[in-house]
Amino acid sequence: MTITIKVNGAARSVDADPDTPLLYVLINDLELKGPRFGCGLAQCGSCSVLADGVEIRSCQTPISDVKQRAITTLEGLPALYAEQRKLPKAPDLHPLQQAFIDEQALHCGYCYNGQAIKGAELLSKTAMPTEAQIRDHMNGHLCRCGTYPRIMKSIQAAAAKIAKEG
Amino acid sequence: MDDAVVSPNRSADGATFLSRRGLLKGGGALVVGFALAPAAGFAQAARGVKAGPPDYHAVDTWLAIHADNTATVYTGKCELGQGNQTGLLQVAAEELDMGMHQVSTIRLDTNITPDQQATSSSSSIHRGAPALRAAAARARMELLARAAARLGVQPGSLEVRDGVVSVRGENGFRKVTYGQLLGEKPFNVKYDGTAPVKAPNEYRLVGQRPARVDIPEKVAGKYTLVQHHRAPGMLHGRVVLPRGQRGFGVGAKPVSVDETSIAHIKGAQVIRKGDFVGVVAEREWDAVKAAQALKVVWRQGEPLGDHNSVHARMRKDKTTDTLIANVGDSAGMMQKAAFVRGSSYQCPYQSHAPFAPNCALADPTGEQLVIKSPTQDVYSSRKQVSEVLGIPEEKIRVQFFEGSGTFGRSCYEDATQAAAIMATQTGKPVRVQFMRWDELGWDNYGPAHAAEVRAGVNADGDIIAYEYDGWQHGWTVTSTVSDSARTKAGVERASGSGSITVNPISTGSMYKIADRRVTSHAAPMVNYLRGAALRSPLDLSFAFASEQTVDELAVAVKMDPVAFRRRNIGDVRWLDVLDAAVKAANWAPKVMGSETQSGDVVRGRGVALGTHHVSYGAAVAEIEVNRKTGVIVTKKLYGAMDCGLTVNPALVENQMVGQMIQSVSRVLKEEVTFDDNGVTSLDWSTYQVLRFAEHPEVTPVVVQRMNEPSTGAGEEVMGATAAAIANAFFDATGVRMRQFPMTPERVLKALEGQQRT
Repeated sequence: MTITIKVNGAARSVDADPDTPLLYVLINDLELKGPRFGCGLAQCGSCSVLADGVEIRSCQTPISDVKQRAITTLEGLPALYAEQRKLPKAPDLHPLQQAFIDEQALHCGYCYNGQAIKGAELLSKTAMPTEAQIRDHMNGHLCRCGTYPRIMKSIQAAAAKIAKEG
Repeated sequence: MDDAVVSPNRSADGATFLSRRGLLKGGGALVVGFALAPAAGFAQAARGVKAGPPDYHAVDTWLAIHADNTATVYTGKCELGQGNQTGLLQVAAEELDMGMHQVSTIRLDTNITPDQQATSSSSSIHRGAPALRAAAARARMELLARAAARLGVQPGSLEVRDGVVSVRGENGFRKVTYGQLLGEKPFNVKYDGTAPVKAPNEYRLVGQRPARVDIPEKVAGKYTLVQHHRAPGMLHGRVVLPRGQRGFGVGAKPVSVDETSIAHIKGAQVIRKGDFVGVVAEREWDAVKAAQALKVVWRQGEPLGDHNSVHARMRKDKTTDTLIANVGDSAGMMQKAAFVRGSSYQCPYQSHAPFAPNCALADPTGEQLVIKSPTQDVYSSRKQVSEVLGIPEEKIRVQFFEGSGTFGRSCYEDATQAAAIMATQTGKPVRVQFMRWDELGWDNYGPAHAAEVRAGVNADGDIIAYEYDGWQHGWTVTSTVSDSARTKAGVERASGSGSITVNPISTGSMYKIADRRVTSHAAPMVNYLRGAALRSPLDLSFAFASEQTVDELAVAVKMDPVAFRRRNIGDVRWLDVLDAAVKAANWAPKVMGSETQSGDVVRGRGVALGTHHVSYGAAVAEIEVNRKTGVIVTKKLYGAMDCGLTVNPALVENQMVGQMIQSVSRVLKEEVTFDDNGVTSLDWSTYQVLRFAEHPEVTPVVVQRMNEPSTGAGEEVMGATAAAIANAFFDATGVRMRQFPMTPERVLKALEGQQRT
């Protein structure tokens, strides 16, 4: 059946069974490269997207559950940031994405879709998160390469940068 | 660019990626506006049209100079997140006297790139760079000869900067670019190693810290992973396997397959070849559902035993024993020691557990079967697919695309072969992705290990005798899918090159011990789990057992463990990494475990040495142990590594952070569990890895040696880290852990034993 969902600010119609996990629609029908399959069990965070600004696991979310919600994927993160901060124009990258580059944080980067989504969610709610808050907030996102220390630094750096820019 | 790499038509022959240039233009900021392929040009037109490998000694195999004065570098080692493309580009740009902004690589491709064998054993710089360096030096020599002819001067009077050749002392009056000299045309010369390479004191790029070339695209979600590829008319495939492997040699043998059980799923179709079972469907979700719904009765194997009894079983098994090191008279000297310390150790099976389950796309619609694969060795994968399908290698083209970090031989061959089987049987492109339980349940695991270590020290603090006996089984040669499709028993590489034996370097070689014996006991793999190289193969196990024993000797003679190791180390490079790690940690000398601490949470520090092959690693760990809950928290880690000439210290530091965090994960949490019926650790709740909230602060220190050959840097500080944590546990509690992972359950049991005594 045809289902319309709102992804990164645009209404998109897809032909899919309502029980299809949102992830498969995002990657196969909309050909997005941000969200990705990691476990299919909502255990790892590879597939994370924001639904009305709140992080969800798209691998375990049937598409029929998100018809009324605005979905933001990694691709839409800079625009969402601009909207949240009331900037005239979306930057190329969310400040956290830029911090990942500045810190040379990642190895393979497969989990960084989820790290960026979850970290951006935190920064949208908590201006200057403490180390304990970051650890707690990010704990559902695994990184097999072991880059947690640099994700931590990146979130702190992005928070500082956002605060400085007012 | 985003569009170009997703589009199957334009990416199917890999040509799109010939144009990955200009990535770092703009000072490291993200620049996505790549020029699309310079389709004309002899050098590139000929590239890729027929099966490789290309001539290893032809300069054109390694390099192409473009008219816009940039170069494409064709490496034989693949990017797995370790940053090797950046390091290899530095090496090539250095010898060419080009800038990093002028060079780029393409992904490995059996029609294009040189065969440098597997990207394994931390070999990218160690064994991958020398040929590239030699080819680039020869290319520079050729370019200078052409420039000299063009400018009417002797080559010796020329200098090069950023690919611009000019006459020395003329301040750029006469000059010509590489692009003008050669632009798109082939070199048509071979390198033989005689072209002079730069001396380390001439390096401008090597030893510097340019940013990684792959990170901006990865962060932006624009990097093309193997998972991203699609093709017109493509089907989605899934393998069908029992949940959790049974014993090696049994494999997955279907007794019956009920195809009607998936008749209700639209377009779902069963694919069989020998004992191989898979499903395909047009929609991915339908393929996932079909793989789960398909009713298969599997043949039962012999009972497997379990992960707790496997060590005792290996020690009782009929093993093939090899003396790995045997100098002096260790047994005799043990009698003369003032103190002898020793114990048995048990170390677990662990999984590669790649964060992305393996995935491959095979397209049978062209002249060659084109397979996009996350393999660590494109040529080996091509050969294996050829064997599975019974078609010549020339009819197969394997193109590497990154999935996630694999850390050794995860199930990438299986995914590659499964896609090839399904594509050839359906005549359509098929994308196969493993499910999480397939990947964790059918991995080729890092083998379990049992050790018996004994060492003796004299009253002065000299280690005078050392004995290490280790038990493990070997590594698989074939893959699960290959075994099934060809209905053959799996083959174990039990001896010779590539088999796993006790590593003599990790077992006491860093100390001056005149009387030392190391013995490897190889159990046959039949009815154990599938084994293969897992990052720093068994080095965590060796270091856990060996370096705890060394620590016990230091305690016996009441010496600080750093001072004790310094006294016994026989090599300045070991000494320097130890000193670098303890300096970073601001180590305060003490006898381990000598403080009595009150309260539930006790703290400890530990130190250890270790490596994989030729590099040198040392680590210091600071931990907390909660005596009530048994939970260990690693607070801080300091590591030092000497891998000879470090091409890019920033890359090695980043690798060290990853290695040390992964070591914490492996020594505290990771364990493949199984019972008589098969593997039971099939997801992230049953196969636990370190989580964000549990990670320590990490300080990596690179000991740079500009005049030593480069050696591996992807796994060499892992053993030291694991052992430093074990030694810190003793410092905190006064109790030795003889088994890892050091789970709360095992910690509580060990502490309970202490209270009883």
